[in-house]
Amino acid sequence: MRSRPTFVRWLVLLGALHAIIVCAGFFAPYDPVEQDRKSPYLPPMPLHLMDAQGHLHLRPFAYALKLREGTFDQYEQDFSHPVPMKVFTSGAGYRLLGFLPLRIHLFGSEGTRICLLGSDGYGRDQFSRLVYGGQISLLAGILGAACTLFIGVCVGGAAGYFGGWRDDALMRIAELFMALPWLYLLFALRAFLPLSVSPLKAFFLIVAVIGAVGWARPARLVRGVVLSAKEREFVRAARGFGATHGYLWRRHILPETSSVLWTQAAILVPQFVLAEMTLSFLGLGVPEPVPSWGNLLSSLQQYSVLVSYWWMYLPALAMVPFFLGYLGLASSLQEQGETYKIERRGVLGA
Amino acid sequence: MMRFFLRRLRHALFLLVGVSILAFLFTTLAPGNYFDEMRLNPQISTETLAALRAQYQLDKPLALRYASWMNSVLHGQMGFSFAYNGPVAPLLFVRARNTLLLTITATLIAWVIALPLGVWSAERFGRLPDRLLSWATAGLLVIPDLALALGLLVLAVRTGWFPTGGMTSLDFESLSLSNKARDLVLHMALPVAALVFSALPLLLRHVRAAVAEVLDAPFVLAAKGHGISRRTLLYRYALRAAANPLISLFGFSVGALLSGSLLVEVVMSWPGLGPLLLESILSRDLYVVIGGVLLSTLFLVGGNFLADILLYWADPRIRIETGGR
Repeated sequence: MRSRPTFVRWLVLLGALHAIIVCAGFFAPYDPVEQDRKSPYLPPMPLHLMDAQGHLHLRPFAYALKLREGTFDQYEQDFSHPVPMKVFTSGAGYRLLGFLPLRIHLFGSEGTRICLLGSDGYGRDQFSRLVYGGQISLLAGILGAACTLFIGVCVGGAAGYFGGWRDDALMRIAELFMALPWLYLLFALRAFLPLSVSPLKAFFLIVAVIGAVGWARPARLVRGVVLSAKEREFVRAARGFGATHGYLWRRHILPETSSVLWTQAAILVPQFVLAEMTLSFLGLGVPEPVPSWGNLLSSLQQYSVLVSYWWMYLPALAMVPFFLGYLGLASSLQEQGETYKIERRGVLGA
Repeated sequence: MMRFFLRRLRHALFLLVGVSILAFLFTTLAPGNYFDEMRLNPQISTETLAALRAQYQLDKPLALRYASWMNSVLHGQMGFSFAYNGPVAPLLFVRARNTLLLTITATLIAWVIALPLGVWSAERFGRLPDRLLSWATAGLLVIPDLALALGLLVLAVRTGWFPTGGMTSLDFESLSLSNKARDLVLHMALPVAALVFSALPLLLRHVRAAVAEVLDAPFVLAAKGHGISRRTLLYRYALRAAANPLISLFGFSVGALLSGSLLVEVVMSWPGLGPLLLESILSRDLYVVIGGVLLSTLFLVGGNFLADILLYWADPRIRIETGGR
């Protein structure tokens, strides 16, 4: 009996994490762009079960924050003003998955907001921005990876399938792209595109730039697979029976590349999420007020923020579980591919 | 042997020329140039702008610009920086020196840690200490560079142990020599730590995997049977036999010397190539961008070249394979 492959575990983890991001409206308690200029840089508000008098409450609550006497950015907990946390409460309206208008949130509060990760310079809730920001960053990573793999399959497939001078030329170009330091390439490509554009345009620009950078490695891998696949007996037989190029591609060659492609996708997506973050962090990516994991961190470039408001760093840790998931998925897929190869070789050899 | 080197060299040259052409091609796609912002300034007439563009040959066709840029590369200038109003090469070299100071230190430290630790871990392959170390490296691997660098920075600010940003203190010139060195080391500590932490897990994994594979080989068992001491066996024979993938990896480390630290430099405001590149991207100072990309590609290609030569030197099998041709 064969045990369930390990990558299923990683897929479940990734699925759960992505579900949170996809349903950002539900998991985020507040609107990510709603400002509260009167409370900039709120520190993270801890949740309590025990109040100042030592009474135990069943419902978790936070204390509202008030300005410390004589300061303008130092807050302290106001012990006379507990804010109970409401679960499945109604709050700011949003559209789930972009079309389903809803008002229900996983948690929320009445009156005073509970900012679990604090708020930024405009008083926007960092936790909500973090959850919404994931939508931009992850989507950019996934779309970028899809673009890259598409280019990789086209180039690598053409090179491997047709061979000859076309193979030489395409692989030379791929080598060229692999020789370029990829962060530099990313920057250089971005450099020669317009700098200040609308968020939506910027997003697609980023996806295009990221997608255009990394195709060389998948292309080489796909080429290798295609080279061996097109000489397999059943492919030659099909060709002998007069199968067209398109048919051979669809039915015989493309399926052979799928395991390489899935592994590459698991490797590329976190890389590209990081690329989006880097660009947005440096102000070359998705601009404010739209949140993304990169521009959430960009305020840390100001020394004053770094010194006084350390919690602005917390979003940086948000993608660690995502990276863990993708890394685990990639390595278990790689192992899977290797054992699969060995098994098949064993069968063919016998 | 000569033929092998010449072939590698030709390949490297092809890559460099290709990259420079590619970089130039992207400039044609670029909307706008350095002087576009001046167009908004009513005090600068359109004639002046046209004259400026003509002076810097921005109105010439691409091929001509490429030729004149190539000419200036051969004269050691690498084009002209609009923002700094001078040739690009000296600008790049100062920054590249700072970057190298950082990255060479970090690369050395990372390798010095990774080699013994990897061998140590491979010797205990699959046992508890090895598993713990694997978990630790996996932990480091999933923390992205950006989060790592920013985290170190936040830590430094909170504790006040290290200066944050820059390469030297403001009063650097007035310090004595030993204090100067101390100041520099303190400033280097954070970026170097960030670079080491981001490079270490990959190196460690490769060293461990390569050595563990060799330790499975029959010759190791034979050597053990002959009573060769553990240390000699591990470091003299096993490590040598496992060297090939590690040499390629070393070539890669050398290649990444200029390009690998870009993000860390920007985050920690180290005056290296990274911040310069970012700045020139934002101001569309295009020859600096091209120069920076080309210089770091030179290193990448050079690193691969170095790895080839080292492999040739270290592995007799490769010598026979390629020498015969």
